[in-house]
Amino acid sequence: MTRLLGYDALAVALAVALFGVLAAAFAARRGEAALGALVRGCVFTLFGLTSAAVLAMVYGLVSHDFSISYVAQVGSRSTPLFFTIISLWGALEGSILFWAWVLSLWAMLVVWRNREVPGRLIPYTGVALLGISAFFLILLVGPANPFGLVTPVPSDGPGPNPLLQNHVLMAVHPPLLYLGYVGMSVPFAFAIAALVAGEAGNDTWLRLTRRWTLLAWGFLSAAIIAGMWWSYEVLGWGGYWAWDPVENASFLPWLTATAFLHSVMVQERRGMLRLWNVNLIVSTYALTILGTFLTRSGVLSSVHAFTTGTIGYYFLAFIAVVLIVSLVLVAGHSEELRGEGRLDAPIARETVFLLNNLFLTAFMFTVLLGTLFPLVAEAVRGVKVSVGEPFYNRMTLPLCAALLFLMGVGPALPWRRSDLAQARAKLMMPGIVALVVAVLCAILLTRNPYAVSAFAFATFAIVCNVREYWLGAAARRRAHGEAPATALVKLIAANRRRYGGYLAHIGVVSVALGVAASSVFRKEHDATLKRGEKMTVAGFELQLDSLWGREEPQRAVIGATMRVMRDGREVGRLTPRMNFYRTQDQPVPTPAVRSRPWGDLYLNLLAFEPNGSSATIRAITEPLVPWIWIGGGIICLGALVALSGPARKRAPIRETSDPEREPPSSLPLPELEPRTA
Amino acid sequence: MNWKRAIIAGAVGIPVIALLRFGLTRDPRAIASPLPGRAAPAFDLTVFASGSGANAPSLGQRVRMNDLRGNVVVVNFWASWCLPCRDEHAPLSEVASRYEGQSVRFVGVVYNDVTANALRWIDEMGGQTYPALLDPGTRTAIDFGVYGVPETFFIGRDGTVASKFVGPIPARVLQQRIDSLLAAPAP
Repeated sequence: MTRLLGYDALAVALAVALFGVLAAAFAARRGEAALGALVRGCVFTLFGLTSAAVLAMVYGLVSHDFSISYVAQVGSRSTPLFFTIISLWGALEGSILFWAWVLSLWAMLVVWRNREVPGRLIPYTGVALLGISAFFLILLVGPANPFGLVTPVPSDGPGPNPLLQNHVLMAVHPPLLYLGYVGMSVPFAFAIAALVAGEAGNDTWLRLTRRWTLLAWGFLSAAIIAGMWWSYEVLGWGGYWAWDPVENASFLPWLTATAFLHSVMVQERRGMLRLWNVNLIVSTYALTILGTFLTRSGVLSSVHAFTTGTIGYYFLAFIAVVLIVSLVLVAGHSEELRGEGRLDAPIARETVFLLNNLFLTAFMFTVLLGTLFPLVAEAVRGVKVSVGEPFYNRMTLPLCAALLFLMGVGPALPWRRSDLAQARAKLMMPGIVALVVAVLCAILLTRNPYAVSAFAFATFAIVCNVREYWLGAAARRRAHGEAPATALVKLIAANRRRYGGYLAHIGVVSVALGVAASSVFRKEHDATLKRGEKMTVAGFELQLDSLWGREEPQRAVIGATMRVMRDGREVGRLTPRMNFYRTQDQPVPTPAVRSRPWGDLYLNLLAFEPNGSSATIRAITEPLVPWIWIGGGIICLGALVALSGPARKRAPIRETSDPEREPPSSLPLPELEPRTA
Repeated sequence: MNWKRAIIAGAVGIPVIALLRFGLTRDPRAIASPLPGRAAPAFDLTVFASGSGANAPSLGQRVRMNDLRGNVVVVNFWASWCLPCRDEHAPLSEVASRYEGQSVRFVGVVYNDVTANALRWIDEMGGQTYPALLDPGTRTAIDFGVYGVPETFFIGRDGTVASKFVGPIPARVLQQRIDSLLAAPAP
């Protein structure tokens, strides 16, 4: 019953999506009102139907209806309710169902929020989203059908992958990732719609798109950080990033989307980079689909996915359509996308944005190369190779340093033109502070050139960005006599896009500091301890107090209670655990982490004597790790602040025949706070 | 619309698609097993479902690898919670009965399962022609290096592991591999 309801909802949803795409072609001739109404109707119905399918699946999971193939694949009577519900996105078919639902949610929000916007842009955007939805619904009705019939009905299922039912972040990371990943369909749909409608030459669509991109980017940023945190808390190696294809798949579109969020400002202000921006949007979407293809189709898949079947070929066909259609449309309309402005001076914010885009794109190509290289090597030379951390670190660390530097320079420079003296005046102080930090770091901490430059450039960036708040608030205090806190709040409220952006910068710097410190100053020590014995790591004394076992419905848990001591005093207890799930031989660890702002103590139980006499413990200390997660929070806060601001209504600054006649100070720059230089 | 540019740009996409198409032809999940060419791990397991074959062992009897020597042995790891195991159940049962009377032995080793569920599963799938064995603590599965179920191992008459198959096994593959092992000269 539930199974049929779910399946039928998906089948009808597919029909609605296809009908919407086809009917729109006819309705387009009968005027915009008819077209708009048709697309809205289809998108809303689609959302209703996919919601019904998701609810049916959740009900099937919760009621242990093992006649549903997906439930039989990931369900189990002994799994706790919470993990039963979130196993909705724990395996292939369910995750594609969830994907289709998120896509229809985005489509509904876009069509509804922009219902007042005249013209064909929004209906066409809706049609593009219906078309994308149709692809995922084809998967769901065909090769990735989660509502298949299982007879005879099994009495129980294996339960979700143990790694996925071991931590609450599994409830947070995937939905955020889908919201971000799928959200990138929205700017793509806008771009395709604008190209098809012949409206790509004016910047309306871009203005509408920016906020959706920012929203999806915020979700994607949060998802990447949450994924790092999940891997840190669950996998037991004390790391959070391994340049795994799955991780790279989420990072690639983040890089191009970040580049877009910067270069879009150049288009808004100066009417430049139109073609480039369309390319960034299209690439971002293509990279999300490529990432999904690489990780879901079996090309670079993880073990234990026997049921991939033919889905890879469907994805390949979809990538081909997306790629060819985008390339043809963008190249075919490239003349309409010619920019109006040109760079006036080498030292200006535009230049910094151009460099930032250059480096972010280079970063993306580096990661893409590393991810695809094994495939290329096998195709060309027939050898199996793997690309590991050394490649990525060597290639990307200089780019990271350069981006941190630009992150400081950008906010300090005005638009359009500046001169060396002005730039020097603004950058002198942060530069000196960064130099002092570099020298201190080299003397006191480490000579590792990467670490020294990371700390120096991070300091530079953070001083520059914090200084923008400081100078802006100080100017307000002088002008309006406001209290410091009021001045700061009003400063941000008056220009949310700008200060939200700076906040995101501060968040990124925080992440960079956390990553740099925790990788350079990481200390690790393994020891096998008998009861009462001690080990020492980075000033901590760790004593094995007891080794215990516990039976839970879905697993058996072995834990080691460790007494943590510093200078002979007990400062706490940690209990790293090992979980044995019924359907998997490999135990899944639950490391124990003592987190403080200056760093973490991370304990993992590696092995134990079955008689309880001894345990092998890995102890790791990693400074500043919490600042990665905090930085993620700050990035999201920044995105929220920027989103809360009004959309830019002002027309871009036009190129004047003689820039000398219009000095920068008299330009209608919509910077509400007093100028500080 | 500038068609010349459009076509050139579209052509740029083709090598990318070709590369990804190539990616689909390889299987990163094919896990190399060190077992083929080596002696099969010794096992000594209890029968919990006899199977309908002519020389079916009785319930509770022990089946030992050493006793099976001289036969081609097919060891299949399965579980009642494993969906792909359902797909290979019919081919396994059918092919096993086809080789009855020849020196071929099939054993099913249940992997991480509850005995009652496994029994009910065999029942619901319409019975099984070869015996099913219990593997307490998945010792035997670990010895064979089982990564997940289903996995099937082919052991020659000399007791050497000949090959391993990951995923639901089709009847055709079963038959081919058994025939080639039977054709090999007896030790």
